Amino acid sequence: MNLAITGTGAVTPAGWGVERMMQALAAAKILQPTMLERPPGGLIVSTPVLRVPGAETSAPKSPRLRRTSPISKFAAAAAMEALGEIRLARIPAGLRVGVIFTLTNGCVNYSNRFFGEVLASPALASPILFPETVFNAPSSHLSAMIGSRAPNDSLIGDASCFLTGIDLAAEWIERGEVDGCIVVAAEEIDWLSAEALRHYSRAFVPSEGAAAIYLEAADGPATLIHLPDPVPYNSRDRITAAREMREALDPADDGATLLVDGQSGVHRFDLPEIAAWRDWRGPRWSPKFVLGESMGAAAAIQVVAAVEALKSGQFAQAVVSSVGSNQQAAGLRLGK
Amino acid sequence: MGMDFQENAAGFRNGRSAFSPITSFDVSRQRVGTAGQVDLADASGLERGTRMALIAAREALAQAGLAGGAMPMIVGTSAAAMPIGEDYYRAAVSGGDTRRAQLRRVETYQAQHQMTGMARLLRVDGRIRIISNACASGANAIGQAFHLVRSGRADCVLAGGYDALCQLVFAGFDTLQALSPSGIPRPFDAARDGLALGEGAGFVVVESAESAKNRRARVIAAITGYGAATDIHHLTQPHPEGDAALVTMRAACAMAGIFPEQIDYINSHGTGTPLNDVAEGNAIRRWAGDAVCSIKVSSTKSAIGHLLGGAGAVESVICLMTLENQFLPASLHVREVDPICAFDLVREPRTASVKRVLTNSFGFGGANATLVFEKEGLP
Repeated sequence: MNLAITGTGAVTPAGWGVERMMQALAAAKILQPTMLERPPGGLIVSTPVLRVPGAETSAPKSPRLRRTSPISKFAAAAAMEALGEIRLARIPAGLRVGVIFTLTNGCVNYSNRFFGEVLASPALASPILFPETVFNAPSSHLSAMIGSRAPNDSLIGDASCFLTGIDLAAEWIERGEVDGCIVVAAEEIDWLSAEALRHYSRAFVPSEGAAAIYLEAADGPATLIHLPDPVPYNSRDRITAAREMREALDPADDGATLLVDGQSGVHRFDLPEIAAWRDWRGPRWSPKFVLGESMGAAAAIQVVAAVEALKSGQFAQAVVSSVGSNQQAAGLRLGK
Repeated sequence: MGMDFQENAAGFRNGRSAFSPITSFDVSRQRVGTAGQVDLADASGLERGTRMALIAAREALAQAGLAGGAMPMIVGTSAAAMPIGEDYYRAAVSGGDTRRAQLRRVETYQAQHQMTGMARLLRVDGRIRIISNACASGANAIGQAFHLVRSGRADCVLAGGYDALCQLVFAGFDTLQALSPSGIPRPFDAARDGLALGEGAGFVVVESAESAKNRRARVIAAITGYGAATDIHHLTQPHPEGDAALVTMRAACAMAGIFPEQIDYINSHGTGTPLNDVAEGNAIRRWAGDAVCSIKVSSTKSAIGHLLGGAGAVESVICLMTLENQFLPASLHVREVDPICAFDLVREPRTASVKRVLTNSFGFGGANATLVFEKEGLP
């Protein structure tokens, strides 16, 4: 059975929608950062961050999204774009659409607010905030919005976790549990998480957003050619894992294959990936150079960029490399 | 209840209850101050939840006769290392700690950091999948391990779930008024008034029958069915008729090739909240049909509390205890059985012939999962 990515969606600091993201990547210039203020004292957090601009009128509307924090709105918008109206209309008639949501941080805005309220006065802490802090709240909203009772999983991991999500989606489709699957990753930032990333390196540009794919049994320009098992760091260092993943992906460096890597521009964190792909001479995109470090959403953005590149006809194949920070190195190869 | 399989089995066999005043964080301003706590020696330097997971995973491997090895690990958790996140928040707000200390907290807060470290300690070398489907996470982890083995993608998978008590989650359930004010949950009691939280971990080794036979490993039970579905009724409330639960119970039994009357015991999700128990009671009634009167059901959350991301895995292990020791654990503290209980609610531990058991797990967000374990048909 051939599996192909037949839909993509994205919400990034470049704007709402895949088109805006691809325009930003084509321009190849880092977007204009803003500064976060740390409440309640108004202390300026000196980390520049890339925020998603305010929602456009085309952003999905749902009663489920009324009280949610940005992460759910980002996830919903990206997923709905990937799913598309035609498939959405087929769900009531029986199209079984699974939902897999992957993340690293989750709903930091509400967790931050809620825990602050708990420490101040538990009796006054908002019961509206707490359910949204649960890791799987965004995916729950998504299943409800599309009206799908098919399986729904949320996976936690480092930036490479999105590839694990695609692997699980492929399992579901091959077993016949679903007809297709949305795999979506999303993150939001607040002052707490921006500061947290800054502890690793002041060179990181914290970012937020979401990216989604729709995977189904099909052929097309973005057919899943190879999805190797991720190489975990349980018994290997990152450099070894990144090299093993490169070997497993085995892409042809013939100028017709695009490499979409996960480099962030912070050399000591990029080193394993740089070393693994040192001899790569073909075209290479590094979306984080433009869109910042969106943590759990990063690999999803890479995959969407790879799919769009293939759809444009510029490349025969695309390979995505994601060398996570503390779990695994993962990747995939797409093409006709 | 206990620190290993035997101690826990003895506790459930004897109808023990394991609630005590919370000592790990301040509950002086909460409505409730008790939970099912684990008496955990603080020796390893690991985060509390991971320590419990390590203990349970190590025992599971030992029971299987494995000293680690190449196998995937699938783990369910809801709060993960949240206590570290809480410490990070406090230090960030107060500004009273070093960057190095904060960086350490940021790194160790991450579930994948914890689980990768645990895999190293267990000498388990394989990919790690961390599922966070709220209170169904542990059951989903075992179910996904079952599928990996069943499909031939793995011979052997270490799977389980864990969660430690933490202030944010405890306060969260309290703000929702989901906690029993008395601190004692009474699942399926007509006057039940909420759940009690608990903490713990449960792990199993899921292995193909062929691989186990080749190793001459002792098989505790076969997993014969798994069902997962999504309840889209509400973020925190189940569909009142238990629609998704019905789907998962039917799916798991269909996969196992059995009818409801062949199930000897159901370890229910049974939180003790008014809404959950009605939904599950309705689901069991609809699933069992005319056989419902003979279906034996209890909630072991009445003894240890709701273990959230660990619940489905721990309750799966409790099911294995019933198969190993041929008894049914009880729903404790019930004074007047709710009319929703068309089934046989087990109110005292019973000696019984137990061949097939089913466990339900339902979570915030609508994640529903059912597993079926069987003592018959073993290699």
